[in-house]
Amino acid sequence: MAAAPAGFWSSTRFRGVLYQVMVVAAVVALGGWLVHNTLVNLEIRGIATGFGFLAREAGFGISESWISYSPADSYARALVVGLLNTMVVSAIGIVLATVLGTVVGVARLSGNWLVGKLATLYVEALRNVPLLLQLFVWYGVLTALPGARQALHPLPGIFLSNRGLVIPSLDWSQGWLPAMEIPRLVGFNFIGGLTLSPEFAALLAGLTIYTAAFIAEIVRAGILAVPKGQTEAALSLGLSRGQILRLVVLPQALRVIIPPLTSQYLNIAKNSPLAIAIGYPDLVAVSNTAINQTGQAVEGVALVMAVFLGLSLTLSALMNWYNKRVALVTR
Amino acid sequence: MNPSSWIKANLFNSPVNSLLTVLALALLGQVVPPLVDWAVVRASWGPGDPETCRRAGGACWTLLTEKHRLMLFGVYPYDQHWRPLLAMALFVALLAVSANRRFWRPWLGGAWLLTVVVIGILMWGGVLGLVPVETSQWGGLPLTLVIAVLAIAMAFPFSILLALGRRSELPAIKALSVGYIELVRGVPLVSVLFMASVMFPLFLPEGITIDKVLRALVGMTLFTAAYLAEAVRGGLQAIPKGQFEAADALGLSYWQGMRLIVLPQALRLVIPPIVNQFITCFKDTSLVTIVGLYDLLAATKAALNDPGWRPFFVEGYLAAAAVYFCFCFFMSRYSQWLERELAKGTR
Repeated sequence: MAAAPAGFWSSTRFRGVLYQVMVVAAVVALGGWLVHNTLVNLEIRGIATGFGFLAREAGFGISESWISYSPADSYARALVVGLLNTMVVSAIGIVLATVLGTVVGVARLSGNWLVGKLATLYVEALRNVPLLLQLFVWYGVLTALPGARQALHPLPGIFLSNRGLVIPSLDWSQGWLPAMEIPRLVGFNFIGGLTLSPEFAALLAGLTIYTAAFIAEIVRAGILAVPKGQTEAALSLGLSRGQILRLVVLPQALRVIIPPLTSQYLNIAKNSPLAIAIGYPDLVAVSNTAINQTGQAVEGVALVMAVFLGLSLTLSALMNWYNKRVALVTR
Repeated sequence: MNPSSWIKANLFNSPVNSLLTVLALALLGQVVPPLVDWAVVRASWGPGDPETCRRAGGACWTLLTEKHRLMLFGVYPYDQHWRPLLAMALFVALLAVSANRRFWRPWLGGAWLLTVVVIGILMWGGVLGLVPVETSQWGGLPLTLVIAVLAIAMAFPFSILLALGRRSELPAIKALSVGYIELVRGVPLVSVLFMASVMFPLFLPEGITIDKVLRALVGMTLFTAAYLAEAVRGGLQAIPKGQFEAADALGLSYWQGMRLIVLPQALRLVIPPIVNQFITCFKDTSLVTIVGLYDLLAATKAALNDPGWRPFFVEGYLAAAAVYFCFCFFMSRYSQWLERELAKGTR
């Protein structure tokens, strides 16, 4: 063994262990101090700890819900209602933003000067203004609309009024094929169809329109990343325009598009709690009400963070799986 | 190229494009004339009240004449508005100086430090005969700028540590860094801000309270650091292994090697993503509205709370949007220019 006069003190390995022990000890000490302070503060304020409150009666109403809910239900059920609201608005937002973003992204590359400039205007104007501000505008516009009697009627079966957006819905009760249920205005009310509240519609519009600006840039970069030679080669093989896009350009562009697209999808989910500013009862809004009523801020915030972490990880796992499928197979 | 052949080449070069052009023109024809009519022709300008606007029937720019000080400065004492105004002017001037590569010298850091101190004195007061102003009265654009700049400035060193930690060979340090970064990036900023505003008072020993603005600032910093760390890590990963080995071979310690060899190269590579993160942070400051601070957006909202002015919310939000747009658009253009500028040496 080689002599080590300086002793094991100077060995990289020992120092590595030492540093790690020091850092971990510091983090544990800080954490312990915070936990201790929190426990002391909670005791002084007489706030209970633990998740027992989840089973208690919530006692507050929620304006919209995809499952049956009443104030007599438990906090746990109220939180599930909020979670479902978050998931519904995020999922629809992801689909719509992808469609709109792709259209705008392709339009930016269009050979048509006017269309390209309009798409650029869209992207620059919307991505440089905070989403929350856009939400306030959409919500203001939707609630300033005329009442049901004078509802705007842009397309057959679609009504826009200060009650929200009424769209045709699918009725699955009649056998195998769903029947389209067209809403009608009868007196002061809409009969049939699906009514989306102004809060939901504003949040969905805001998330979709804002995120689409970012997705447009991602799609554009993805398409530009495919070398021109690929299109020319496909043309010389005699493929049609549609075939070139479907068989040559898109599969290669997707490889560049998927990873940043994943983070935009995550952004939609993580931006959905801005709902609280316009009164849509998403998970964060419901948990805030619960926190205000029970005072159990630590549990409430921890629960929300855990759920979002779970959602984020699931979504990115799904997208990573899809990314693997489209990834370039190299030998 | 003469105009007619330009039009032919760029607007009518194929049947599909001709159709698109016609459709786009039809759309513009539908949208632009009413917009001009609303924003210019029938708009009401200059001082007045909501009744003036209602009679005019168009855009109510009168709102801005009447309310711009509330929108820009929030509830900051009215007769002291020159102080935040001067602070913002100082900040914008320094930003303009920093944008120029010629001035990237060590003294610039000192200038920033000095400016932050001067801005602090201007905003807080209490010395040099300035009336003291509590942070609870800060508001509007100065608050937005203070939170954005300080959050980025404090998050930056923290993010470098996190990025180095994530690339570290020491498993415990790596695990802590990865855990922190992924945890924070997995949760919404709103939750982090709520945690900051609701839970920080619980975290501190009994009797110690922390300022509301400071709480939001800490929340923004912790959040931004995780995203910045990922940008910095990108730069670290782009540095060839030989550079790290060369630093070792020269006998430099870990920190010397990082400070003198690796980080100067890595950070230069990631200036554009860092600027982008700055833009995001600037826009995200609007979320402090939700935890009850009077930033630009909240101050605008407050100005529109007046029942008489409420119908003219579009004008108010458009003005606030224009301010945000100016800052963000400038920064994004700057980031693109910088990317080209920095790439010049390495072609």
